[in-house]
Amino acid sequence: MDRIPILKLGDFLLVTVQVDMHDRLAMNLQEDLTDKIVSAHARGVLIDISALDMVDSFIGRMLGNIASMSRILDAETVVVGMRPAVAITLVELGLSLPGVRTALNVERGMEMLRATISVYAAEYSEYHGDPF
Amino acid sequence: MAIRSESLPILSSEDVVTVRRRVRAMAIEQGLKLIDQTKIITATSELARNTFVFGGGGTVLLEALESGGRYGVRLTFEDRGPGIADLTLAMKDGYTTGGGLGLGLSGAKRLSNEFEIDSRLGEGTRVTITRWR
Amino acid sequence: MADQERILPELLSKHQTQILESWSAEQLRNRRPGKAGISEEDLRGQCRDFLNALQEASQDDPSDDLQSPIWERARDILTDISREQSKHGASPSDIATFVFSLKQILFQLLQTEIGKRPEVFAREIWTTTLILDRLGLFTTQVALKIREEVIARQQSEMLELSTPVVKLWDGVLALPLIGTLDSERTQVVMESLLEEIVRTGAGIAIIDITGVPTVDTLVAQHLLKTVAAARLMGAECIISGIRPQIAATIVHLGVDLGDVSTKATLADAFAIALRRNNLVVTRTTPAARRQSAE
Repeated sequence: MDRIPILKLGDFLLVTVQVDMHDRLAMNLQEDLTDKIVSAHARGVLIDISALDMVDSFIGRMLGNIASMSRILDAETVVVGMRPAVAITLVELGLSLPGVRTALNVERGMEMLRATISVYAAEYSEYHGDPF
Repeated sequence: MAIRSESLPILSSEDVVTVRRRVRAMAIEQGLKLIDQTKIITATSELARNTFVFGGGGTVLLEALESGGRYGVRLTFEDRGPGIADLTLAMKDGYTTGGGLGLGLSGAKRLSNEFEIDSRLGEGTRVTITRWR
Repeated sequence: MADQERILPELLSKHQTQILESWSAEQLRNRRPGKAGISEEDLRGQCRDFLNALQEASQDDPSDDLQSPIWERARDILTDISREQSKHGASPSDIATFVFSLKQILFQLLQTEIGKRPEVFAREIWTTTLILDRLGLFTTQVALKIREEVIARQQSEMLELSTPVVKLWDGVLALPLIGTLDSERTQVVMESLLEEIVRTGAGIAIIDITGVPTVDTLVAQHLLKTVAAARLMGAECIISGIRPQIAATIVHLGVDLGDVSTKATLADAFAIALRRNNLVVTRTTPAARRQSAE
């Protein structure tokens, strides 16, 4: 399998990483996601990595890239479900992913995205009237 | 003393995944805790990628160690690539020639109990890491 | 040495039954009254196994080098016996006596067999003494190792006991740390905190260090790493109860606490945690309570 499926849930995209990620797969995911954010008019992206047994600097960098690129495309990214051992190791490796938002699980991540987007919407309508 | 060993090729990014799996299996056999398993497979991933990307491919030797009641895993990554010109510089956080984050070598060192590197320009690079239970 | 006749192995096989009888009898006599101890049958079995191994090894190895593979079976059997006996409350000297008590029996037999040849007799006494002394010392080593294992196990149990992660409210965990933090304990504590965060789904964890007298660089770094790891998992850590001396140490050590939330007391940290969860605590009056009860 050379691509990780991306699911659309309303305004959000959900990616569940379930395989051992090799580098090309990670690159493909990065490309596919940015394409899909634009084509699906997504406002948020959830990346569930609870099945990953390690995150190295390459995958870490990919997560950071996805977060930055999606922000430019006006979508928020939340990485969810990182395991404790993976998190400790990533910190030890020297990566703390400062630009990436995180949540404990998909449900929390979803709440976080909804909250962020409704704040934006409220601010927008305050200045410009209701956008929707 | 090595009680078991195996050698694996690293010629593609799929091989990196295979090596990670084999290292995890050996770490479990040697009784490493989950956190230590995670540390050594993450270090493996960094070093195997270096072997493949910068060394133009190579091999890794996996050794299950037993020494005076201690159990561990030792990995030796070897390539015949261009070698590293300045080891001190290469070991620094954030130093990169390959467009990565420059955490490969320094990060792998932090994730291991023992770390050794030997590199000669034009001949290749050998990195050995050990993680004990 | 190799061409010299080896009396001991021959003696052991020739008088096997007799040695076994008097040795086990000796063991049973030596048993301390009041202690449960192992059964007579098991004791006899242990004696028999060990004598067999001793006979085989002394037959094959003229060097008496206990480290050589020839002695492996004898060592293994002795290890098992030591474990078994210490499980039944035997002290290291009891276990060593188990081996040493064989001396008298063997010496007597040597006396009967070769007593008339003083040179051979002296040599055999010496060899036998050497072997049994080494085996006796070996049991002491095993006993020490068993003790060390027990200590290590108790240490890890204590580590677990000393890391109580408690739930303060839905979604709020607290880790009250008490006592000196060394690097290893901090690591264990932090791992169990992160595990609890996953298990309970708590979004906020308060690490309270009111009961910690000092913090060194390594421990401070562990604390920071835990905060960073919790954030990667999607939870927030608040460090509370930093005493003035520790604050001074942290600044002095040049450890950057960065954007870690710190609060003076656990209560302050809890108030923050409630606010983050959109919860408020209000004071009520008896009248209002009665009203709401109606």
